[in-house]
Amino acid sequence: MLYSKEVMKHFKTPQNVGRIKNPDALGKVGNLTCGDVMYLYLKIAKNKAGKEIIKDIKFETFGCTVAIANTSLLTTMIRGKTLEEAMKVTKDDLVKKFGNVPLIKVHCSLLAVDALAEAVYDYYIKQKRPIPAELQKRHEKAEKIGKEIGHRHGGLVELEEELHKK
Amino acid sequence: MFYFMEKIYLDYAATTPVDPRVLKAMLPYFSKKFGNTMSLHSFGQEAKAALEESREIIANFIGAKPKEIIFTGSATESNNTALKGVAFANKNKGNHIIISSIEHDCVLESARWLESQGFEITKLPVDKYGLINPLDVKKAIKPETILVSIIHASNEIGTVQDSVAIGKVCREKGVYFHTDASQSFGKIPIDVNKMNIDLLTASSHKIYGPKGAALLFVRDGVKIFPILHGGGHESGLRSSTINMPAIIGFAAAAKIAQKEMTKDAKRETKLRDKLIKDILKIPGTHLNGPPQKRLPNNVNIWFDFIEGESIIIQLDLLGVAASTGSACSSAKLEPSHVLLALGLKPEQAHGSLRLSIGRWTKESEINYVLKVLPGIIKNLRKISPFKKSYKF
Repeated sequence: MLYSKEVMKHFKTPQNVGRIKNPDALGKVGNLTCGDVMYLYLKIAKNKAGKEIIKDIKFETFGCTVAIANTSLLTTMIRGKTLEEAMKVTKDDLVKKFGNVPLIKVHCSLLAVDALAEAVYDYYIKQKRPIPAELQKRHEKAEKIGKEIGHRHGGLVELEEELHKK
Repeated sequence: MFYFMEKIYLDYAATTPVDPRVLKAMLPYFSKKFGNTMSLHSFGQEAKAALEESREIIANFIGAKPKEIIFTGSATESNNTALKGVAFANKNKGNHIIISSIEHDCVLESARWLESQGFEITKLPVDKYGLINPLDVKKAIKPETILVSIIHASNEIGTVQDSVAIGKVCREKGVYFHTDASQSFGKIPIDVNKMNIDLLTASSHKIYGPKGAALLFVRDGVKIFPILHGGGHESGLRSSTINMPAIIGFAAAAKIAQKEMTKDAKRETKLRDKLIKDILKIPGTHLNGPPQKRLPNNVNIWFDFIEGESIIIQLDLLGVAASTGSACSSAKLEPSHVLLALGLKPEQAHGSLRLSIGRWTKESEINYVLKVLPGIIKNLRKISPFKKSYKF
């Protein structure tokens, strides 16, 4: 088998697939080289200590086996976690959990954590909060790639947005 | 079938299992008739005789003379020899080479390398079905043109070119015509004279022969240099100890193909058309390549909003082996250049699936694929963010 058991587990039965209506945060990212696209939807609530936690999370991925498995894995790792804890998850954490990921597929893990960063950025903007410098940098990069992907995808993204609004 | 008891193999365009009749023909050449064709003693001469017999069988199949068949180790080697060998041997005539935009990587990369060595390369476009217009070939030929190399049938989308017309143009202009027939040899009729072919590549492992044997047809009188220099095997065009078992197998496979090609093609075309017709019933599904002018065994489809590598892995989990032109499946992370040449956008090439039928594909296997595929597509679309425009 090309991929590890853990990858196949998440690919065969991906967790938290779908959309959240009126999400508190939405992260959209794409990869310029391969063309994959990920959407991450969050519902945020406060825990007893008053910290913001990820109450609900859903994802949609246009991509390969490892891209789908990565988004699924990430959602299971951060569901119920505080935003702070969730943001600490790195691409290496995902790769490690999967055990053996072909080198060429490591960028799929990065895409998943980037989707989360974009969602958190979206949340901060909606909450009118100051954006930490690093998050701002990550957002600018993701936005640039997103625009190119949207362009390359010949209006696929825009078409979907249009249909969503209707 | 004797090979695939449980799994369904629909990737015959990638490689084929060795036909048991071929294997039987090969076996004596490993330990009993193991001689080196260059040896003067009886062991060597026995091998030499078998080599020449193999050459005759294959020459006869494509209307060539035996001495025009050069055995090589792979289609990649044959294509490299054709391009580089002709380029350097005809440098005094010109430096311009014409290829198509849907060549196999080994032709593309050879051309790219020749470009770095001072040759000029023209890459001809194709129409939405992957067809080259012979008029475009005519227009592209200049006084400096020394070679036109156009793939006979596409390994990805199965498009079969009008080689008769292309060959005619090249002959009229006095330019060598090479064609990579790796996918068509043994599947559809080829006559190097009727098609005005000067050089042709064919491979053993695509026609139920072993890996490690291929050929380059070089028409008598064509100026070409070898790439491998040494003992002077194969009329000095390909030095290397002759890989007897593989070549015996190649010839045996060609002999069977010559006899059974028409019957195989008829059966495969029926299965192909059933696959195409029924897969296209899934919404948001499109055929790559032409409906008719395609190899009898090739099906290539793209699905809206999903990615091909994940389709392949899902199919594999259900015991079906297939292939894709998606960027995610390539070592370069780039979508198939063939699909892009048809005018597909990267995300459309992303969702492509190639199913290639073979000698032992059963109708029940096709039915199984048709049964499981809609579910796979539906599930992957459920995961995709792009789906709103389709209702399931």
